[in-house]
Amino acid sequence: MRANVIAGRELRSLFLSPLAWAILAIVQLIHAYLFLIGVDQYLQIQGQLSMIEGAPGVTDLIIGQLFASAGFILTLVVPLITMRLISEERRARTLTLLFSAPLSAFEIVLGKFLGVCAFLAAMLALLAAMALSLGLGTTLDLGVVASGLLGLALMLMAFAAIGLYLSSVTSYPAVAAISTFGVLLLLKIIDLATSADVTQPGLLSYLSMQHHFNNLLRGSFNSSDVVYYLLLTGLFLALSVRRLEAERLQS
Amino acid sequence: MTQQTLIEVTRLSRYYGSTRAIHEISFEVKRGEVLGLLGPNGAGKSTTMQILTGNLAPSAGAVRINGIDILDEPKRAKQAIGYLPEQPPVYRELTVDEYLRYCGRLHGLSGQRLASALQRAKQRCGLSEVGHRLIGNLSKGYQQRTGIAQAILHGPDVVVLDEPTVGLDPIQIREIRNLIKSLGEEHSVILSTHILPEVQSICGRVQIISQGELVLNDSIEGLQQRMHTSSLTLGLSRTPELAQLRAVDGVQQVEALGENRFRVHYQPDNNPAERLAELAVGRGWGLHELAPERKTLEDVFVDLTATEPSVEVNAA
Repeated sequence: MRANVIAGRELRSLFLSPLAWAILAIVQLIHAYLFLIGVDQYLQIQGQLSMIEGAPGVTDLIIGQLFASAGFILTLVVPLITMRLISEERRARTLTLLFSAPLSAFEIVLGKFLGVCAFLAAMLALLAAMALSLGLGTTLDLGVVASGLLGLALMLMAFAAIGLYLSSVTSYPAVAAISTFGVLLLLKIIDLATSADVTQPGLLSYLSMQHHFNNLLRGSFNSSDVVYYLLLTGLFLALSVRRLEAERLQS
Repeated sequence: MTQQTLIEVTRLSRYYGSTRAIHEISFEVKRGEVLGLLGPNGAGKSTTMQILTGNLAPSAGAVRINGIDILDEPKRAKQAIGYLPEQPPVYRELTVDEYLRYCGRLHGLSGQRLASALQRAKQRCGLSEVGHRLIGNLSKGYQQRTGIAQAILHGPDVVVLDEPTVGLDPIQIREIRNLIKSLGEEHSVILSTHILPEVQSICGRVQIISQGELVLNDSIEGLQQRMHTSSLTLGLSRTPELAQLRAVDGVQQVEALGENRFRVHYQPDNNPAERLAELAVGRGWGLHELAPERKTLEDVFVDLTATEPSVEVNAA
């Protein structure tokens, strides 16, 4: 399997570009700011909370909030990371190198996907470290943290797959970025139409990424949520493979 | 071993929509051959090469690399191919070493084999000095060499080079030509070019593609034959009467080129050069030039690629 060779180069090229570092720094800064606000607000309402029975705990209020915001911020950021994956190679005509090498389209797609996932994992690790630092001062519900992180990781995987596919259909990174952002946002808000009736989740809320993410954020691990993200990821990876294979037929 | 057929192309066609890029092209290349692919712009050279290297699927026909069909077993076939496209597929943000190492790994090289392949390719392409430099900062010539190094790195049986000497200076061109010649000793090389002398100096065989069809497939020797024409140029100091020249045995037609120079067309099997010389000396015309005319490769090329419509007119 030579996908890891492609993944390695992808990661390396990402870290050689100032864009990746800028994204990491800025995202971390914003997360930190939100984290601080969360802690501050919690301290203000802590007294009142202690009087309410069954009130949400520190993990839900601070870390849950942080992860929810991160889920939104990353909708904006992931398209910027995935936009160049294939479109840039097509533009610089380096895609020929991959097509002439003894690689299947699947290996190319998987390599690109793993490369960008490794980068997103680094981003997630920074976020997780920040969240866990709260454990120095209080006791955290680690189950909820883990479930939230899992949700975020699964969602990022789906983001990456969607970005990869949209990058494979164009040779303009900017077009790939804006269309990825459009699709991600749509998938997040698609259940707004049905939100009036929370008790009966319909098709639209099943399609919504936010709906499944919310479940995991609350710490309720449901295999259908996990399957949803895996299906979404698999679907877009398969579409990317098809797109690359079609390239040889059309061009 | 030397006669082993490495590339076998049968009735290859490719259409872009209703546009015909190449039509029913068939040829073979044996080990140890350097094949030159010539043709005007848009004739289908690059398309042919893209199909050979598995970058493009043919509309019809088959390509076998070392006996392996590129459509049936693309991975095995591609392992035996090195390809330099028109634009070298280099990553500007990597150094030459990093880039070549990446290419080697894509072809399944690793460890000691990768290191020695890297050394060898760099040395053959004259890249030893620039291994640590970023490709984006190198000149076009060095980028081109990096592209060639990438194509030969994994020791492929078949090397396909699309206009390999574009953007190089004359000294580099000579080095690269020598490199291609030496590659041709152990591998099969196909190169496309529009620089005609290049074909004469490095290729053993020439194919001319025009409007998607193969109009010539000949060895260099065969091509030299075609370049012989049946005419002489004659230069005299004093003007003779054309009728006297026409009367010489074998002469078909005499054209005055001005300044007492003439072009004498003769019957192909009856060269009148000797008789013309005798006549000129006998009449005291002051013979100072008598030379057989040779067509350049360019003439052959233009004849083959431009006369197609007139052939059709003759047929009709």
